[in-house]
Amino acid sequence: MKLFFCRFMAMVLTGLFASAVHATVVVYSARNEQLIKPLFDAYTRETGIAVKFITDKEGPLLARLKAEGANTPADMLMTVDAGNLWQAAQEDLLQPVVSATLRQNIPSHLRDPGNQWFGLSVRARTVVYNPVKVKPSELSSYEDLAASRWKGRLCLRTSKKVYNQSLVAMLITEHGEDKAEKIVKGWIDNLATTPFPDDTKAMEAVAAGICDVTLVNTYYFGRLMEKKPDLPLALFWPNQKLKDPTAGVHVNISGAGITRYAKNKGEAIKLLEWLSSAKAQNLYADINLEYPANPAIKPSLQVTAWGDFKQNTNPISEAGRLQVKATMLMDRVGYK
Amino acid sequence: MRRLSWAVVFGIALITWIPLLVIAASVLHPDPVIWRHLLDFVLPELLANTVWLVFGVGIGVLLLGVSTAWLTAACEFPGRRVFEWALLLPLALPAYISAFVWLGLFDVTGSVALWLRESGIVLPSIRSRGGIILLLSLSLYPYVFLTARAAFLGQGARLFEVAQSMGLSHSQIFWRVALPLARPGIVAGLTLALMETLAEFGAVSVFNYNTFTTAIYKAWFGLFSLTTASQLASMLVFFVLAALLIEGQMRARRHYAAATRAGERPFRLRLQGSTAIAASVVCAIVLFFAFLLPIAQIAWWAWSVGSMDLDMRYWGFATHSLLLSGFGTVCVVTLALLLGYTQRLLPGARMRAMTRISTLGYAMPGAVLAVGLFIPLAWLDNQMIATGFIQAPLLQGSLIVMLLAYAARFMAVAFNPIEAGLTRISQNIDEAAQLHGVVGMNRLWRVHLPMLRVSVLTAAALTCVDILKELPITLMTRPFGWDTLAVRVFEMTSEGEWERAALPALVIVLLGLLPVWLLTKGQDHALAC
Repeated sequence: MKLFFCRFMAMVLTGLFASAVHATVVVYSARNEQLIKPLFDAYTRETGIAVKFITDKEGPLLARLKAEGANTPADMLMTVDAGNLWQAAQEDLLQPVVSATLRQNIPSHLRDPGNQWFGLSVRARTVVYNPVKVKPSELSSYEDLAASRWKGRLCLRTSKKVYNQSLVAMLITEHGEDKAEKIVKGWIDNLATTPFPDDTKAMEAVAAGICDVTLVNTYYFGRLMEKKPDLPLALFWPNQKLKDPTAGVHVNISGAGITRYAKNKGEAIKLLEWLSSAKAQNLYADINLEYPANPAIKPSLQVTAWGDFKQNTNPISEAGRLQVKATMLMDRVGYK
Repeated sequence: MRRLSWAVVFGIALITWIPLLVIAASVLHPDPVIWRHLLDFVLPELLANTVWLVFGVGIGVLLLGVSTAWLTAACEFPGRRVFEWALLLPLALPAYISAFVWLGLFDVTGSVALWLRESGIVLPSIRSRGGIILLLSLSLYPYVFLTARAAFLGQGARLFEVAQSMGLSHSQIFWRVALPLARPGIVAGLTLALMETLAEFGAVSVFNYNTFTTAIYKAWFGLFSLTTASQLASMLVFFVLAALLIEGQMRARRHYAAATRAGERPFRLRLQGSTAIAASVVCAIVLFFAFLLPIAQIAWWAWSVGSMDLDMRYWGFATHSLLLSGFGTVCVVTLALLLGYTQRLLPGARMRAMTRISTLGYAMPGAVLAVGLFIPLAWLDNQMIATGFIQAPLLQGSLIVMLLAYAARFMAVAFNPIEAGLTRISQNIDEAAQLHGVVGMNRLWRVHLPMLRVSVLTAAALTCVDILKELPITLMTRPFGWDTLAVRVFEMTSEGEWERAALPALVIVLLGLLPVWLLTKGQDHALAC
């Protein structure tokens, strides 16, 4: 019992002084432990620099950074969408990074115009359909799914997920708020059933014949097909043939920025540059079947097999700027 | 003495009050654009939804909890000895995990639903008001079961024998004697279940059922307004406080002390024939849907998918979970006991209001409360660094702070059963102790605590299991590397990998068996000696 007590006190103390350790990079991450740990382990093996991280949802991480202010232990903030990075920059929680490496590795539409954050992997939100009931020639664009011939044939995930908020933000960027609202209203009119809590459930509904089409992030499709390869599901890349040169498949990013009060700024920038490099990009993206943000790097074989597509090249920072508008728009049309 | 007691209560209350006040301070900065939007498009629907949910779950947990509590406490039927502990098990299952399992089975694409559809039976949609009410009732009834059962057991056999001798039938005994006397216990459990319903976010999100809490998170995550989220959360907590004070006021006019001697054998009505079978079947159905079905699915996932994640690190996760819930439970229950006891020493409306406010952390959505706790801590750290007292943040990421944070969150869980237990102890006993010169803490230790044994155990078991499941506070205040099993569940589910979350969830349930087992032993012991 005494030994146990001593151990506990020792743990309390290590807990107390945990944040006082130096010469390591500290990361606050909304990207899962199992997706980032292999990467950080590899970095430590290669450079000898330790990476400490703590995971939480984006909202609490931002609140935490804000409350800690100048004394934050965090050097880097990592998220799984652009909206929260944009918001972090708005609240002055990040700092600009001047790095030729990052500018070269990450295309301009996937990073902050003010260089406060950088995309590290691309998450494409595309159309998944049931090939038994839909011919690919019937599909064309996100906007087209609002047409009345899709009545009762569409399934969607809930509007509370940031992926749908940024998709609608993209529609606002391209069409303005009024037209975007009509499109989303059209989707809602076409729903076969109330929105699902996640992409996988929506795809399963398509496979089960409850609806014919849905919108999902590709890695959910990859994961589901790995588990159940016989499901009647196929990917379609929308918005490929539009006149608008920036048009294409809606993409969001998982990315990172350096915190405003980073104690190990130099080391943190090195880590960020390494994450954008050829060595790390496959590890970063492939582990979750995402696309590398660095265009010089090919995605994994499984992902490559889904075919090439043109990304929407409107700046992803717009998704952050318009997220509040997009969320309100979806509330107005009754998208739950 | 009087002043000291007030100081103690005030000190304990501050732990909860500080975060609540930090959150409530948001009302100073209203955002009219977001409020206009919420009032026009969001709030009307979800207010109705929330009222329905609270009403429905309230009736649901009362029906399930009181009936099973009465059956296992006051009746004898086949399987009673198993049901009396097994019916507690759903406590250890986080509601959002059950919710996900249920969708996987009964939703339009669920395996059971598809199978039934082939034979021509179409299930009503489970992602509906009825579905979520049913699910939450099945997840939360153990709170009522536990506190109601403790109340029924505490009533003792003589009371019922007197009732019988006065010619009351069995159902009259239940409705006219046992149930009214058990009211403080039942209300204690019901309050916990409803506070949790209001703060519940995981399961309602899985069902995509919009409630007040989903609006709080929408304001925060979707509309980037933590301020508006805090304002909504303060409103929610304010309504809960009003309800608690009204209930307390109504109860304060009555006395519920039972004249049982410690260790009196419980009253057990031996059920016969079809009644006995019906009792077994009712308990079995509740247990099946609330626990066996979801746990079977979780065990299957853990076996088929999760086993690849099983490595030595799980010792660490389990140890962290156990240490946090163990020490957290000791801390929270001790504070709750002090709070309850002081309230007994110094009764009155002012004291009642004070203790009620101290329990409000349980009705606050977890992540909002976590921020409310974190802001003053970070502020203190920053002040100490500014004055050169320390070099690096000291308070955040320390376990002591985590334990206090759990106290802010779970005070209600420990306080409600203890308070209900205290009301059953007659004031005559206090006066007798006083006459013998046993006063103050000595009286609590030597007189009340032995009589409160079951209530304290109940409080401890509930708190322990709740801390095992707790997520937002653990996420926000844990030191680097201090991942727990609940954190593991979060890591998996946040990217939609529900099958891989099954393994840590299963380990949580296994660890949760420990307090449940101790509680059952303790109850038996209290009744046997």
